[in-house]
Amino acid sequence: MSDLLRLATAGSVDDGKSTLVGRLLYDTKSVLADQMEAVERATVGGGDPDLSLLVDGLRSEREQGITIDVAYRYFATPQRSFVLADTPGHVQYTRNTVTGASTASLAVLLVDARSGIVEQTRRHVAVMGLLRVPRLVLAVNKMDLVDFDENTYWRIAKEFFGLTEALGYPEDAVVAIPLSAKKGDNVVLSSENMPWYEGPTLLEHLESVPVEGADHGAPFRFPVQYVVRPRTDDHPDYRGYAGLVAAGTVRVGDEIAVLPDGHRTRVEGIDTFDGELESAHVGQSVVLRLADDLGVARGSLLAAPGGAEPVTEFDATLAWLHEKPLRPGARLLLKHGTRTVQAIVAAVTHRLDTETLSVVDEPGELTINDMGQVSLTVSEPLPLDEYDEVAATGSFLLVDPQAGDTLAAGLVGRPLVARPLHSLETDGS
Amino acid sequence: MSAPTISQVDQLDALESEAIHVMREVAGEFDRPVILFSGGKDSMLLVHLARKAFWPAPIPFPVLHVDTGHNFDEVIAFRDAVVERYGLTLEVARVQDYIDDGRLEERADGTRNPLQTTPLLDAIAEHRHDAVFGGGRRDEERARAKERVFSLRTAFGAWEPSRQRPELWNLYNGRHKPGEHVRVFPLSNFTELDVWRYIAREGVELPSIYYAHTREVFARDGMWLTSGPWGGPRHGEETRTMSVRYRTVGDGSCTGAVESTAATLDEVLDEVRESRLTERGATRADDRLSEAAMEDRKREGYF
Repeated sequence: MSDLLRLATAGSVDDGKSTLVGRLLYDTKSVLADQMEAVERATVGGGDPDLSLLVDGLRSEREQGITIDVAYRYFATPQRSFVLADTPGHVQYTRNTVTGASTASLAVLLVDARSGIVEQTRRHVAVMGLLRVPRLVLAVNKMDLVDFDENTYWRIAKEFFGLTEALGYPEDAVVAIPLSAKKGDNVVLSSENMPWYEGPTLLEHLESVPVEGADHGAPFRFPVQYVVRPRTDDHPDYRGYAGLVAAGTVRVGDEIAVLPDGHRTRVEGIDTFDGELESAHVGQSVVLRLADDLGVARGSLLAAPGGAEPVTEFDATLAWLHEKPLRPGARLLLKHGTRTVQAIVAAVTHRLDTETLSVVDEPGELTINDMGQVSLTVSEPLPLDEYDEVAATGSFLLVDPQAGDTLAAGLVGRPLVARPLHSLETDGS
Repeated sequence: MSAPTISQVDQLDALESEAIHVMREVAGEFDRPVILFSGGKDSMLLVHLARKAFWPAPIPFPVLHVDTGHNFDEVIAFRDAVVERYGLTLEVARVQDYIDDGRLEERADGTRNPLQTTPLLDAIAEHRHDAVFGGGRRDEERARAKERVFSLRTAFGAWEPSRQRPELWNLYNGRHKPGEHVRVFPLSNFTELDVWRYIAREGVELPSIYYAHTREVFARDGMWLTSGPWGGPRHGEETRTMSVRYRTVGDGSCTGAVESTAATLDEVLDEVRESRLTERGATRADDRLSEAAMEDRKREGYF
């Protein structure tokens, strides 16, 4: 049985990220002959095929030579299958980093060995830390251009470990790997040029690192998507509640709370097309039958009793994703799980200066790619968790009620001001 | 606190649960969804997943076939059998009708795949579909690698890369204005190999032409094409009888067979594992038109 690792990559424009992703695909034999021929045709000036062309998908990207949108890539080894969200590093596209990080169990951050940790690296680490991506890998790329120098690697790695420690990452959740994506050193195959490095190659690490299903150990949470009522001759009275287990585990016989109302009932059965289950875990799509008919509908949250207290006023950290700025008083829609309610932004209390990573009080507004702290009021009580405790029910979207655009990713609580982001501050250089 | 022990989740289970979640979101948030259904393997997977998503209730969506008129008989027979078996409502949009009354012109190269866009958009408008399930996968092609699971389309069906919404966690935003619709791709994270492994695991029935059979074919543009209502070999193109199978099923005029003796699911799985060509590169002339062929067609409202 092979399992699935979802990862995201991030780096500055010139760190060679597309080349690294191309190298992973190429060396795991995930690139097929016709794709390779297309790359060879498109490589300017002959020579070694430009592996970055494997992953730069849109015409506008190829014309500008940059990546402007998240691309999803797939590769597999006998141990594991990988879904890789390749996120652009260009500064105005930070929103894509947030998108890629939101589903990732692991993030690979790239730096150029010649320049080391740069401002953009700090920004990416800050975003990954805020979104609680469980594991980080620093890929120190272009080692061939610094003569595979061990001291250069250690200087960069130590600076990086300093940042991740400040963000609360445990030591075993972070590794730094010296590599050359262009030449292939330490991506899939061990490098003969860096005998001093005894750690795993990037792929060895990706294959062996434990996959932390987010919210695996968290209390049970189940946003109801759809009420299954066949009303057929075979199933005249069947009523089940379809959804994906967002956090924790549920067993037949468990007492659960129906939120936001707070009524209690028991799980009578866990149904799937393939038969009944005794228990269901985070990530599984199932149908729950309940002992009582309590008016459960799409938008209800079934939860382990005693958590996710419904509230109408709360604080949240936002990643603002839209050109239209956010100002206090804005009336928006908020999507939490399977429930959409109206929301008013009561106050914008802090903004993260993504240039210096300092936190600015009373910023007045948030603009695209800002991260900020807000106070929200919603039209109906929402059963929320703190993002840092249960990510699935501690996250939400803000949506423009007219245009329908997604405006922001929201994290319930105050992670922006609670985290020691100031320790990531640049030296004012 | 030590990390909780993590039970390994099989990746096919993870992909299935994700696809079912997407389908239920659509059922919960849209008024008139439809499944694009050609009888091909990806659309058959959509039907299979929809059965699983809403069981024990029947599939709550109709299916729509954009019929180029260049069909394989086996596939049409299969399509009708599936519709009958699961009690589905079948809508058909026929390219032939558009050619007959002059709304579309036959192309010089005889392929009708690019002609599907207009009948598709008309059918979406006529039936007022607000969500359209497609079997597209991100591993198929570079432009598709940047596709969202919920892909907003304008009233003209156009895919505007710059207007695509960021997709965070598994919170899908399906809001759209009147006249706009959303294309939904539940198989986004499947690869071709995953599709075949899943078909094998689930025992999903497919049209017979996906398995090796003896067929009269001729070579054109490095592909093995078969004769049909869309024409046959041109002068100088020699016919051969050989064992072939299809990796994709589309317009007969531009969908090539591959030489194969893989007559069973296990043999097909082995062949897909070993293959050094993508399914589109191997067998679809329409994707070979240019480096950005798919991107351009998607912008015009293609699947």
